[in-house]
Amino acid sequence: MSEGFHSLQEFMSYTKGMLYLLSVGYLVAFVFFWRYLHDRENEDD
Amino acid sequence: MSEPGTSVERPLLSPFNIIAGTIILVGLWLSYLRFTGGLGAVTNLDNNNAWGFWIGFDLLCGVALAAGGYTTAAAVEVFGMKKFHAALRPALLTGFLGYSMVVVALLYDVGRPWRLPYPFVLSPGPTSVLFEVGACVMLYLIVLFLEFSPMALEWLGERKLRRVLVRMTLLLTIFGITLSTLHQSSLGALFLIVPSKLHPLWYSSYLPVFFFVSSVAAGLSMVIFEGTLARRGFADKMDEEHKRTADAVVLGFGKAAAFVLAAYFAIKVFGVALDDNWRLLATNYGLWFLLEMLGFVLLPCFLFLVGVRDLNPTLIRWAAFLTVLGIVLNRLSICLIAFNWQLPQADRYFPHWMEIGISVFVVTVGVTAYRFIVTRMPVFYEHPDFSEGH
Repeated sequence: MSEGFHSLQEFMSYTKGMLYLLSVGYLVAFVFFWRYLHDRENEDD
Repeated sequence: MSEPGTSVERPLLSPFNIIAGTIILVGLWLSYLRFTGGLGAVTNLDNNNAWGFWIGFDLLCGVALAAGGYTTAAAVEVFGMKKFHAALRPALLTGFLGYSMVVVALLYDVGRPWRLPYPFVLSPGPTSVLFEVGACVMLYLIVLFLEFSPMALEWLGERKLRRVLVRMTLLLTIFGITLSTLHQSSLGALFLIVPSKLHPLWYSSYLPVFFFVSSVAAGLSMVIFEGTLARRGFADKMDEEHKRTADAVVLGFGKAAAFVLAAYFAIKVFGVALDDNWRLLATNYGLWFLLEMLGFVLLPCFLFLVGVRDLNPTLIRWAAFLTVLGIVLNRLSICLIAFNWQLPQADRYFPHWMEIGISVFVVTVGVTAYRFIVTRMPVFYEHPDFSEGH
């Protein structure tokens, strides 16, 4: 556990919070990932 | 093109034969030293480092890179992607030979190899992850042998037995996928008992998930990589369908690999976030970790993405090569480089040249066996007498 945390509660709140933010970021990034992969196929159609 | 299925006369003293023959002769000598002098005669293993290069490279990398068999079988037989059918037999052959070489390497690594069957017949330890890995690898090797057998039986002209095995294809495929899912992840689970020995950037309670997801990327990339090498060496053994669908296989598998690597990158970052290991990224080990993640996960993912979008098979082949390197790097990092990272330098493990020599010998035997099989059996082409059954 990092030095900045005083309890497991604090550590879990921080790491879980970070994880949720990353997850949302990934979901948004995935939309762009998908569109980048497929937009040329759509153009061809 | 010479007719597929007939042996092409190749010179006995070809460069491949001379190099492979030399390696095999040296390997046999090293094997003699290993089995007469014990592990101490040829390895730098000790009580701190009980698992060395043979486990890190031959076993962990071998199993991951042999994952092309179950990923291709799942795509073709379970998900019905018949357009990848031409890639199935080469992938199964690579899987079968890969796992065979893993078991051969294990015979060198285990101190008393004749006791390998003991966990199954004398003293079972079903609560051990290693027991599950051993059982799965043993069963999966049998499954791969049965999946490979139709190629050998077509070569031998044995119709009856081949028909029985072909009818079992779907059953064998499902069994193979199940076993692969189990032991690919369990190989990662083996390291869950060493949280204090494995560097925190590589250690995670999600190691089994990391190993499984990365094995899928390794399998997809290995099919592309192996297909590229086969196209250079055995083009005369490929039928028109194999050549015609080669780029479709590369594009399809490249697309899948892009998704899998993106997911793998995401869960690896989640792993760092969950243990709050961000500050470790600024250390030497952190730089090594970043090299692995950015250079051998994110970069190939991006190359796959661009390659698929631009319909550029050459770029995808380079991405597959980078991914294969990345998987090797990851497994070696976990088993050797980031393992026992807190020990003083004098106690750290570095493989003895004879360990590396025996690994090269084992790989060479595998490559020679591959060459023997593809130049004789219907791997890259449909046997004219059995084409209805594929």
